[in-house]
Amino acid sequence: MHLTPADIAALGEIVGHYPHKRAACIDALKYMQARHGYVSDQSLEAIAVLLDMSPAELDEVATFYNLIFRKPVGEKVIYLCDSVTCWMLGRDKIARKIQDLIGIRQGETSTDGRYTLLPIVCLGHCDHAPAMMIDDRLFGDVEPGQLPGILEPPD
Amino acid sequence: MAKVTVDGIELEVPNGSTILQAAELAGKEIPRFCYHERLSIAGNCRMCLVEVEKIPKPVASCAQPISEGMVIKTDSDMVRKSRRSVMEFLLINHPLDCPICDQGGECYLQDEAVGYGSDHTRYHENKRAVNEKDFGPLVKTVMTRCIHCTRCIRFLSEVAGVPELGATSRGEEMEVGTYVQRALSSELSANIIDLCPVGALTSKPYAFTARTWELRKTDSIDVLDAVGCSIRIDAKGPDVLRILPRINDAVNEEWLGDKSRFALDGLKRRRLDRPWVRQNGRLVEASWEQAFAAIAQRMHNVAGERIGAIAGNLCDAESMIALKDLMASLGSGNLDCRQDEAALDSTRRAFYLFNTTIEGIEEADACLFIGVDPRREAPVLNARIRKRWLAGKFPVGIIGPSLDITYDATHLGDGPSAITALQNGDHEFAGALEAAAKPMIILGQGALARPDGAAILAAVWALGAKYGVMNADWNGFNLLHVAASRVGALDMGFLPASGAKNLAGMMQGGVDILWLLGADEFDMSRITADQFVIYQGHHGDAGAARADVILPGAAYTEKNGTYVNTEGRAQWGARAVMPPGQAREDWRIIRAFSELIGHALPYDDLPAVRARLAAANPIFGEIGQVRRLAGIDLTGPTGEGAFDAAPFRPAVSNYYQTDPISRASPTMAKCVAAHASPLASAAE
Repeated sequence: MHLTPADIAALGEIVGHYPHKRAACIDALKYMQARHGYVSDQSLEAIAVLLDMSPAELDEVATFYNLIFRKPVGEKVIYLCDSVTCWMLGRDKIARKIQDLIGIRQGETSTDGRYTLLPIVCLGHCDHAPAMMIDDRLFGDVEPGQLPGILEPPD
Repeated sequence: MAKVTVDGIELEVPNGSTILQAAELAGKEIPRFCYHERLSIAGNCRMCLVEVEKIPKPVASCAQPISEGMVIKTDSDMVRKSRRSVMEFLLINHPLDCPICDQGGECYLQDEAVGYGSDHTRYHENKRAVNEKDFGPLVKTVMTRCIHCTRCIRFLSEVAGVPELGATSRGEEMEVGTYVQRALSSELSANIIDLCPVGALTSKPYAFTARTWELRKTDSIDVLDAVGCSIRIDAKGPDVLRILPRINDAVNEEWLGDKSRFALDGLKRRRLDRPWVRQNGRLVEASWEQAFAAIAQRMHNVAGERIGAIAGNLCDAESMIALKDLMASLGSGNLDCRQDEAALDSTRRAFYLFNTTIEGIEEADACLFIGVDPRREAPVLNARIRKRWLAGKFPVGIIGPSLDITYDATHLGDGPSAITALQNGDHEFAGALEAAAKPMIILGQGALARPDGAAILAAVWALGAKYGVMNADWNGFNLLHVAASRVGALDMGFLPASGAKNLAGMMQGGVDILWLLGADEFDMSRITADQFVIYQGHHGDAGAARADVILPGAAYTEKNGTYVNTEGRAQWGARAVMPPGQAREDWRIIRAFSELIGHALPYDDLPAVRARLAAANPIFGEIGQVRRLAGIDLTGPTGEGAFDAAPFRPAVSNYYQTDPISRASPTMAKCVAAHASPLASAAE
């Protein structure tokens, strides 16, 4: 995957915000993820060249953060909290219900490519546990019965 | 300086020291896994915790600078308890498979666990397992044993300059690996085996061969390049099993090139272990008496000037002086040590040495390469150049093929025309050289082993004179040799006597009898069928294939020999094992033959040969020393004629196979194959 001229321009602007090129690495990874859904080996290598880093160094950064994806994910990513409060208040039931509804377990992507289910540590929404997030939308006090509506919102 | 107290001992330590360094000055031992004095500080293993008064928590001593009046305790109850806890965490995921681990017996983790480990585990859950990685044919991985000290990652990115390793993920998921599973491409890669404090990275060729306490350890000198690295040869019975670097700050610090470390399996293959004599066109096994008789018979009534000798690249000085003396007694001055026919000028040592010295590289402030590829010709020396480059303000220019090198460099041109341009000041790099107080020029054998070599040598000297490379305080004129024997041979004058023949003159029937002392690196087809060839050496390589009589000699691990490195530093290699079969130490072979023909050489033990060497040149008596020559005399080497426009070619095109030993090594062949297709093992 070669960078398009538009990518290079956008990344160049990101790099320009920092005194050192490599400081822009997280923003650059986020940009590539926003463009392609995940960071492929090819785009990682292309950004590494742009930032004067070795691919191994950039991969260290990319794999450190659990919100940077190094493998393809579904159109929507469901983050289901697995911290203590959510676990006590029934997050496992939610996980099972999701499996019933769309057939994926944690870490899996549905065969139609629409959903990926990932565990996440604390969404900071413990007072409304169990909590989950789909892309940027946060849901609290989730009951298994609400899941069809959350997953398939009426248009 | 700052005053600190370590366990009640008051001492002054330099500003900027760490607590660990202060403790070492006080003679206190601090356990450590991630800290290494030649690498950057990581501070991630936490084993070096100490107690500091007025700091409530234990402090990682490797990463904490001292301050005035600090009171440090390295062995309090709190310290011991903290270290025991760290050890318990380190061992949670460590497999404790010491009985089947090659590191056993020389493992830091094992050693420290004796002091800080528990006799039982409190962890009853499953230990993690980590997938194996492919680091190529030299480094074996058992990544489940890794404790994530990151020494290997730091070595490759800092010292070797190929940042190929990284630690992916974090916490319990953290794994050290190459990015998308490629073989390591550094010529220094195997040093991570020594650096690894546990058994995660071990030697692949040596796997499951021996335990460290079974090995006989001999301190010696490496001869597979001209740097003369200090090595330790580990042998068991008649076999050399392992070669490791020794610390020598003046030469190799504590690194060793992969070839020097792993070509040793070539010492067991294609060996000449008995004399051979050619009869009716075929080589037939013979006794020493028959072989000597065949030579003596052929030499009968041959005039001295029809006999010649060529010394190879791995020869020790003792055998070369013996052969030189033998040739002199036969009336022959036809000697040559330059198998590559490099135009070297031996009239002054400054013309053929690496005058700056390897340590001196760190003082230099600009460098120009001419027809040299230090990464492949001398990887350990290249690490020193990189170290200097990392320190900053060190412009590097290259005249010659553009190199895949481990630091930034400006490419000035491919061939001699760039020297002329620089002499005329026609390149911006001229400014860098002019601005430098201590500039260096490194001239490679690739630039001298060509018809215009003498002119190149003179022109580069003139270039040095113009840019102040040689002055009263500094000598930046350097030749980088690739043959371990070369400087010693030049120092003793293993060169054509006045009016006698050089290598080219001895070819094509130029002499009737040719004595090849381990000489395999020139085109044997230049020897005509009627020339009588004596090959004295240790491997059945090019020279032995052409020989009429083969005299089996000793490889560098099998003899006590003197070698002078590219800096002009004479060093003693030592015998670790006996030569195989009927093979003998080389100078003794020549001594024995000289007696047979009635020209007995006047020495019959090693001290006597070495006394003869020191008489030939006092350099051979100054073991381990190097004379740094100031560049006061600017009279240049003689060399005239026009330049050939052809681009320079590096002296070493294939790092892994440069000599009879490495060509016989299966491990080196694997390295060549791995690097011919670096993507072959890429996991997708």
